[in-house]
Amino acid sequence: MKKTWIAAVVAGIVTLASCGGDKPAETAKSEATAPAGGVLSTPDEANGGTITGKVAFTGEKPKMATLDMSANPACERAHKGAPQKSEEVVINENGTLKNTFVWVKSGLPADKQWAVPTTQVSLDQNGCMYKPRVIGLMTGQNFEIKTSDPTNHNIHPQPTVNPDWNESQSPGQAPMTKSFARQEVMIPVKCNVHPWMRAYIGVVGHPFFAVTGDDGTFTIKGLPPGTYVIQTVHEKYGPMEQTVTVGAKESKTVDFSYKG
Amino acid sequence: MHLNNVGSLWLRRYAVFVACCTFGLVIAGGLVTSNDAALSVPDWPLSWGRLVPTWEGGIRYEFAHRVAAMLVGLLTVGLAVWIHWQAKACPTTAVGHALACQSERSSDSGGTRLAWAAVVVVLLQAGLGGVAVRFVTPAWATIAHASMAQLFFAIMVAICVGLYAGFGGSWAAPTLICTVALFAQTVLGAGVRYGVIAAVAHIAGAVLATILVMWAGLSILMQHMDNPKLRRAAMLLLSIAFSQVFLGIGALMARVAYADAPQPMPMMVLFTVAHVAVGSLAVGAAVALAMLARPDAFQVHGGMVTA
Repeated sequence: MKKTWIAAVVAGIVTLASCGGDKPAETAKSEATAPAGGVLSTPDEANGGTITGKVAFTGEKPKMATLDMSANPACERAHKGAPQKSEEVVINENGTLKNTFVWVKSGLPADKQWAVPTTQVSLDQNGCMYKPRVIGLMTGQNFEIKTSDPTNHNIHPQPTVNPDWNESQSPGQAPMTKSFARQEVMIPVKCNVHPWMRAYIGVVGHPFFAVTGDDGTFTIKGLPPGTYVIQTVHEKYGPMEQTVTVGAKESKTVDFSYKG
Repeated sequence: MHLNNVGSLWLRRYAVFVACCTFGLVIAGGLVTSNDAALSVPDWPLSWGRLVPTWEGGIRYEFAHRVAAMLVGLLTVGLAVWIHWQAKACPTTAVGHALACQSERSSDSGGTRLAWAAVVVVLLQAGLGGVAVRFVTPAWATIAHASMAQLFFAIMVAICVGLYAGFGGSWAAPTLICTVALFAQTVLGAGVRYGVIAAVAHIAGAVLATILVMWAGLSILMQHMDNPKLRRAAMLLLSIAFSQVFLGIGALMARVAYADAPQPMPMMVLFTVAHVAVGSLAVGAAVALAMLARPDAFQVHGGMVTA
């Protein structure tokens, strides 16, 4: 009886070891499907409304910690002479906030389905940092994960409504392509080999989103006339919302301000 | 030769060695979690498609943990085989010895069962580790893996103590309850570490566990103050349990202080790993005290001193 139990446990472990294999996680399928009798919509930049704005930062600038990369000589060498600071909060020179995800949270016509953009979106591992730190995607939109580093990385997104996965990427390995099937704002991404590495992915069901850059501004074009809730999301300071009404060929400005 | 015979001195020493290696493995596992390195090796049983991966970053912790686990697994199988072989050999040259041998057999069979249970648990642990990697750390697998580690260490301690004091007999209620409460605390702690339950549940459990440890420890001290073995075991349990309370406070404070840190900070790692390690010592001390406090611990059989 004892031997049977031991044999069963060993067999179970051997089965576990062989199942699954090293195949990459299944790429999520797009949820964008054409409505019955209709076509997928695309933003009408010529006739649609435009929402622009900036995300400002007021108050005391937070001090960002210097990252300790001593556990990995390749990472340390990449920042020799200029130790890398955490990019959790990046205040631009003009006092605006970088890496803020901006999207249309509600207000789009319910009967419209949107075509998945074909724009190439890339997430690079460079200097043992994710570049860019924040990206926006549409559900089902492919994005490329590549590495420019001479060190191993694992890419581990931590979604709550999308399937979880964890992939390895060795130096020189070809880029991998992934997508997320369900809307989720925001999905943290980390590397367990280099625990300071962080990125965030905003996945929405339509193409009306943006990420603030070095000037802290955002532009969302081609919106159908209507009233929208615009939400900004920052990894540290969280979400803020404003409501704006925009007509055809009309441009409206919506500014946000986070306080430190 | 019997398990409790002085001729089994090397077996006892080997068992203690395996228990110490197991403690080291618990620390290695704690370092993996505290350094957020659990998925730094995304495949299993190979490591980055190789037997030995590049030694960098979080991979160091995860791979070291796997190597230590493999060594402990092999040592555990060796221990089980040795105990099994020792228990089967029984001198029957004299009636007195034969009778003593028969009464020892039930105790030895308990030791044999415990040793093979340790093998099963360590294999399950390996499987749970594989599940955690293959299925991207599902909460149930990681909590089970952490809890099973404590159980395995407790079994190793039980084997060590049993080889000195015998395996038979029942545990007194205070020591049994105390042991179960401490083990439950480790499960709650794992739940907190993996974000499944709030810290307040673990803190409430700590209060209850401390009360139960005091009940068990003090009752043993009051009843067996003249027994140095029990006195020391009870004092050890009380000391470890109180240390664990302060380590827990330190771990919580470190987590709060470094909540916004971009990476695991050394002080946070130190306190959390120490808290996990001393937690396993607390469970082990409770098991040891429970086994030593049995009425038939250190019994003399057939003229053979078994202590």
